[in-house]
Amino acid sequence: MEIKCHRIASGSARGQSLVTRDAISFLGNVDANTGMVVDPAHELFGQCIAGKVLIFPGGKGSTVGSYVIYQLKKRGLAPIAMINIRSEPIVAVGAIISGIPLVDRVEEEILQVKNGTLVEVDADLGLVRISEWID
Amino acid sequence: MYLSREEESIYQGERGETLRRMMEILVALGDIYGAEKLVPVRSVQIAGVSYKNIGEAGLEWISDLQGQVVVPSILNPAGMDLCRWKEMGVEEEFALKQQQTIEAYRRLGVTIDCTCTPYQIYQGPTSLAGRGDHLAWSESSAVSYANSVIGARTNREGGPSALAAALVGKTALYGYHLDENRLPSHLVEVEADLRGSDYGALGFLVGRSVKDGVPFFRLKNQQPSGDELKALGAAMAASGSVALYYVENATPEPPAAWQPKETIRLGRKEIDEVYAKYPVAGADAVALGCPHCSGQELEKIAGLLQGKKVQKELWICTARKIAEAHPHLVATIEESGARVFCDTCMVVSPATERFSRMMTSSGKALAYLPGLAGVQAGLGSLEECIDVALGRRQ
Repeated sequence: MEIKCHRIASGSARGQSLVTRDAISFLGNVDANTGMVVDPAHELFGQCIAGKVLIFPGGKGSTVGSYVIYQLKKRGLAPIAMINIRSEPIVAVGAIISGIPLVDRVEEEILQVKNGTLVEVDADLGLVRISEWID
Repeated sequence: MYLSREEESIYQGERGETLRRMMEILVALGDIYGAEKLVPVRSVQIAGVSYKNIGEAGLEWISDLQGQVVVPSILNPAGMDLCRWKEMGVEEEFALKQQQTIEAYRRLGVTIDCTCTPYQIYQGPTSLAGRGDHLAWSESSAVSYANSVIGARTNREGGPSALAAALVGKTALYGYHLDENRLPSHLVEVEADLRGSDYGALGFLVGRSVKDGVPFFRLKNQQPSGDELKALGAAMAASGSVALYYVENATPEPPAAWQPKETIRLGRKEIDEVYAKYPVAGADAVALGCPHCSGQELEKIAGLLQGKKVQKELWICTARKIAEAHPHLVATIEESGARVFCDTCMVVSPATERFSRMMTSSGKALAYLPGLAGVQAGLGSLEECIDVALGRRQ
């Protein structure tokens, strides 16, 4: 199915979803050298965000998080695209400076997509395509 | 968000990839905060300078950028005195990374002034900010001073958004750029005679209580100096996130009639409680100049130190151009054994971490030292701080 969304950072990508209901503080929650979520309190603890279409409500925490996203990208460990319910400046800026497609303003239902679902993000057209929707 | 034809062409990448991404930052922030359009800025102060804060990730990003700033642009304080870092006790490895960060900014055409008080060094014809001007400044106390004392208009920018404003020459029109967000939220009535560090203590209290509000101060028979307003705003921006305040008869006035959502009354008792809670005793170092000392403050400190010797490490932090403008004051201060460090301060330098308890006259340093440097802080007047450094009191 196809969902309309709002472009924050341009580009398009397709990959497997990694979904969380927790906001992400890239500084602190994610290890810039491995792409692993290292905060035991986070729903994605122990998972790797590299190459995934990362679906999460939005960012939080230190503004240094923007640079962490950039560092992940340079090391080939960044998500291939990101989808937020509502983007805030840390993730928005991080995605833009890193050239990672980012969209927001989608319904919260998207947080019910199962991990590993094939998701396509086309930020320039403002569209998200999901191969199989939830029951 | 509306973009002019020229802005649209940058957004579409017709003037290169760096500018396209910079415009994308401005547009994204404008969308997030509901801006109608972009406005030109008179000057930019860029955050993301201290290597302690940005780390390897930030340095990589800045180093990869191409382009030149198109409006006067300066920097936040760095993690060390760019010349005398060894004397501060900064490690060589850190110093190298810090120098690389500075060089990366220089390459983009940024003027290497690392200070939280750009308004003290650029005055008159070289001024970076005047009443009503739109700015894109970063450092929280500078933002507060520009909005409140100068009457300019700026949000508190992060590193990338400030650099985007510097390279594009514009910022998105939202937040403190708009009259509707510049009305007071709290009335603060202060029944006390205030001087010097009292303003830092007052700001420390009010910031905690109003958070990101806009306080309007009614002081009892007080006419605060520029340095005292600087201290007040800096403390509120650190203990809370106040970016704009008013002081009756001392700052520009609110843009329209207003009603406070809440009234706060404070007096001598509450201010003295701050001093009591953060006592002087046991300090192993003293640091002044948060925000950076003005020429007048250097003069006062030099007067108190003249002909004496310090018993404890005493740092005086200021902007390099202020120190250069007052070589005799700097010499007098340093003859006492105190050190005048430029480009940095006790809050952003990793060199602070070797102390266990630092004494200061700054409400801002009081708010930040424990969390950012892991150092306990004591608050006292400028004279008390000097007395502690001279070993006249413990």
